[in-house]
Amino acid sequence: MFQVIAARQLSDAVFEMTVDAPAVARKAAAGQFFILRADEHGERVPFTFSDWSADEGWIRFVFMRVGVTTHKLSHMAAGDSLADLAGPLGNATVVGGLGRVAVVGGGVGAAVAYPVARAMCAAGDRVTVILGARTAGLLILREEFEALPLEGLVIVTDDGSEGVKGLVTHPLKEMCEQRAVDHVMAIGPAIMMKFCAATTREYGVPTTVSLNPIMVDGTGMCGACRVTVGGQTKFGCVDGPDFDGHLVDFEELMSRQRVYVDDERSADAEYSRGCSCRV
Amino acid sequence: MPERAPLERIADFAEVNLGYSDQDALAEAERCLQCRDPKCSEGCPVGVDIKSFIARILEGDAAGSIEVIKERGPLPAVCGRVCPQEEQCEASCVLARTGEPVAIGRLERYVADHDLAGALEHRCRPAADEPTGRRVAVIGSGPAGLACAGELACRGHEVTVFESLHVPGGVLVYGIPEFRLPKEIVASEIEMLHQIGVKIVTDAVIGSIHTVQELLDEEGFDAAFIGIGAGLPVFLGIPGENLNGVYSSNEFLTRVNLMRAHEFPKSDTPVWRGRKVAVLGGGNVAMDAARTALRLGAEEAFLIYRRTEDEMPARREELRHARAEGVDFRMLCAPSEIVGRDGFVTGIVVTRMELGEPDSSGRRAPVCVVGSEFEIECDTVIVAIGTRPNATLGKAAPAVGLDRRGYVVTDDDGATDLPGVYAGGDIVTGSATVILAMGAGKRAARSIDGWLASRG
Repeated sequence: MFQVIAARQLSDAVFEMTVDAPAVARKAAAGQFFILRADEHGERVPFTFSDWSADEGWIRFVFMRVGVTTHKLSHMAAGDSLADLAGPLGNATVVGGLGRVAVVGGGVGAAVAYPVARAMCAAGDRVTVILGARTAGLLILREEFEALPLEGLVIVTDDGSEGVKGLVTHPLKEMCEQRAVDHVMAIGPAIMMKFCAATTREYGVPTTVSLNPIMVDGTGMCGACRVTVGGQTKFGCVDGPDFDGHLVDFEELMSRQRVYVDDERSADAEYSRGCSCRV
Repeated sequence: MPERAPLERIADFAEVNLGYSDQDALAEAERCLQCRDPKCSEGCPVGVDIKSFIARILEGDAAGSIEVIKERGPLPAVCGRVCPQEEQCEASCVLARTGEPVAIGRLERYVADHDLAGALEHRCRPAADEPTGRRVAVIGSGPAGLACAGELACRGHEVTVFESLHVPGGVLVYGIPEFRLPKEIVASEIEMLHQIGVKIVTDAVIGSIHTVQELLDEEGFDAAFIGIGAGLPVFLGIPGENLNGVYSSNEFLTRVNLMRAHEFPKSDTPVWRGRKVAVLGGGNVAMDAARTALRLGAEEAFLIYRRTEDEMPARREELRHARAEGVDFRMLCAPSEIVGRDGFVTGIVVTRMELGEPDSSGRRAPVCVVGSEFEIECDTVIVAIGTRPNATLGKAAPAVGLDRRGYVVTDDDGATDLPGVYAGGDIVTGSATVILAMGAGKRAARSIDGWLASRG
């Protein structure tokens, strides 16, 4: 069992959880993920680290309540326990020697972008962060980003309620046009990463994306997470999760992410019926 | 051996074979000639004293019988169910020359189940030597790792098994279905390992939390055994293989066996329940996948195989069970493309094959019939054409010597080229059987024991 040390709600449907997992925390690196099971009936679900402390032995992640597992997690508080937690899995994000980097974090992806931007800063890269959300209330970890030694922090909201109105691809395109960026790291919903990659492609700016396909074991044994990259099948868990965004087949990724959408909806409806909260 | 009727058994996941009654077992044991120079034990990869354990059954001493088996055979309730006895001990039985060999596997299962049915304190407990104070890390809790751990514990060593999944047992729990090997049986066998002092840590991915070298250098282990298996699924590399509804057999079986997707939504893990399910392959895993699909409610489950039934590597018993349950065999068909609509599978295109001259494996090689392509309608495709070395190996033991296919190279006793590091099972041999992996685990345990002793 893995004890929850802290849990907080960041916005309407977005939560942050900190879990005691010393062995995992000791080896965690930016861009890596872990797999958890909320309870004994739980599904194995991957989450990417938003933070960790090797010294204090904890890991942290941010999630949006979208299905049964995240619904269960959203009800957990300090002192509760997760049935299982295994990691760190996947390859760490390559940092250092990248030059001027634009790190794009969209939605919950901002939480994953945070340790990546931090690691890049520490490795001497010059980092500009573009944080995107639908609306001001959904922007997360802004203070954490502000505490990093960034070249710049650009806030973008779809409705203009905070920062620039529009999509993350707008400031990204400007940076590309001004030849102000050598490398782009995009982390967020598949559709956002797809458009980031499409934006940078015409300027030839190398672009890494952090993919989040469905997984079961997370160690290369099931192939649920296979993605097509440059015409070749790769496993998100052991070959990724970072890939060259210009080579990823995003249509296939998005299709594969939707395979259980009906099951997920019915299972969450079933769970919600017996659940005291009303979401 | 009595078995449940096909129509009854495909409605659930309960075990198909029912096991011998006391009378059945005695009657079968009486067929044993108790040869003065028995050949059966020579056919057993772990050398169980078969003549003696059958003699104990004849004496009505089931408790004595299990003791005989456990001297050599780890996890007899598992081996009695999934060993290919017809190619091993039973093939060596003198009665096999003239007719039906003694059903050694079924007798082993009978004796083992008799033991498991008793209270834990009355169960057969292998004798353990005095503690040596030596610590051994076993990576992977599949058949090889468990056999190695049990043998080491009996020799007095302190054993910690590291398992990356949340349940120990490896392929015994994620791969082999409940209807062939109930998970309760695996858990009971593992419970006895706990009783003799084996510690099993789940959720522990070696390569992630520690490398094998770190276990030796920093975590205080004196030796390590790598038994992580060949779990990386192979795909065909044909168009359409990433459509929704295409599974590796590993994923499909793991969702059901380990994650209990058949109980969804009581279990949170879903599985795509196809109406028409095509399974590519002809081994035991292909049979398991097709039979699982039927139990999930498929109207049709069929195997697509390039050769004919004679060349299928599956056990004859598995073929018979699959056929009886209604699995259809589409032989001499090679898949060339999976087709779909809106991201989901709608069919598979296959090419007719003919058998030509024998190839390097000695089996007649299938040859394409030009222009014979046709499409078979299906909404699920399960790829069961084999596996490769586990992908965690590179991070777990980056320095260990590998062959050109990526398997760990060892000597006959399981020693790798790294001091104190041993390996066995599918990660050395490639995909094989449970009992061969157990045999390798035990052999490595004996050589680890010798190596620890030699270091004083």
